[in-house]
Amino acid sequence: MTNVTDYLCLTVSNVAIEYGTRRVLAGISFQVRAGETLVVAGANGSGKSSLLRVICGLQRPTRGEVTIEVGNALLRPVDALPLLGWVAPDLQLYRELTALENLAFFAAVRGIRCTRADLEALLAEVGLDGRGDDLLAAYSSGMTQRLRYAYALLHRPRILALDEPTVTFDTRGVALVEQVVAQQRQHGITIIATNDPREERFGDYILRLGR
Amino acid sequence: MDPHVSSQSISETSAPATLPAAPLLTAAWAVFRKDLRSELRTRYALNAILLFAVSTVVAISLGMGPLTVSRNADLPLIQAALLWVAILFAAFTGLSRAFVQEEEARTAAALRLSARPTAIFLGKLLFNLALLLILVGLTTVLFIVMLRVQVGNPGLLAALLLAGSMGLVAATTLVAAIIARASVKGALFAVLSFPLLVPLLTAAIQGSANALVGRGWESSIGSLQVLAGYTIALFTASLFLFNMVWES
Repeated sequence: MTNVTDYLCLTVSNVAIEYGTRRVLAGISFQVRAGETLVVAGANGSGKSSLLRVICGLQRPTRGEVTIEVGNALLRPVDALPLLGWVAPDLQLYRELTALENLAFFAAVRGIRCTRADLEALLAEVGLDGRGDDLLAAYSSGMTQRLRYAYALLHRPRILALDEPTVTFDTRGVALVEQVVAQQRQHGITIIATNDPREERFGDYILRLGR
Repeated sequence: MDPHVSSQSISETSAPATLPAAPLLTAAWAVFRKDLRSELRTRYALNAILLFAVSTVVAISLGMGPLTVSRNADLPLIQAALLWVAILFAAFTGLSRAFVQEEEARTAAALRLSARPTAIFLGKLLFNLALLLILVGLTTVLFIVMLRVQVGNPGLLAALLLAGSMGLVAATTLVAAIIARASVKGALFAVLSFPLLVPLLTAAIQGSANALVGRGWESSIGSLQVLAGYTIALFTASLFLFNMVWES
């Protein structure tokens, strides 16, 4: 068990990503600690999304490693899944299930005991109140993006990776992202990948890729 | 290019709480229930295997007519072989679906981030077993009715079908996870699964032939032992290998 007040530090050491002969990242290194927000900026194809996937353990780097120091433990991302939350255009949930069924499933596999009221409250938090019984197949792109936030925040992750966080969002959606980033500062790390200059304001630091 | 971002420490002020980990069987049961609910809504795998099972048995029945002992002395062996071939090919059409669907719908990443690999494997295995038992039940009933098959020892046949189904699922669930991200999934699933399934098919066909003839349980103890040993061996190997397959 990991307590949310434990020391937390994400270290990316000399991470390189290659697809065949194409080098996307060549030796990225940085550290981020609890309370900090890092923005990874760069043009399309600069490796932002791949870097976030590596941080979340969804992809292996060609070289280098990512470690998460929490309390006295040093973990690889694949061993630290309860600490990680991910929102990305690539993230798809089950379209044949309702929003509440999706969240109930992910809560169950994570071992989170929650009631329907808890899940409805989470949906309300991301602006989907009253839409919990709709199938995802009937959701608009903006609503799907909101549900991705509900999925990512379900277990209150200490490390939140947001890839293109405001894509498909209206102004209220952008306000939601601001609120999520502000809340995350209270107990964890936020990594944001974006090519939208307006989103750079979320970061304490900016890592520019592709130049 | 080697950017480095410095960082600073801050005091952490979050409320005390612990991050939970799901008990393995609870998480596996959740995966099974999710797959079952998805399948009942889409009916993709169910329709595919049922259609294949029905069309295979009907084709055999129309092509051969009711077989009688007077027409062939090896009749029980032929009937048992036909039954298992029908089950095998119907299984090939549907059993890979549990993993292929996750990759095609791009939901695998959400699942990877949320559940332990072992729980995912056990949940998918249970779902495949449920799917296969429906298939085996339907195929066997159709087979008996349409080909007018005499079953001398129904209890033994049921035991062999159950043991064979468990072995089939233990072998093919891991293969389904391996081929899920390949471009030619269907062909690869059959190609990789078939060599693994030869010992299972041999034992299941021999034992089922004994059951159709009406021989006692002692005649097929060897087949049942082979099927049980096969299932345990493949289940254990799959459990150990699945983490590597799922995380690669």
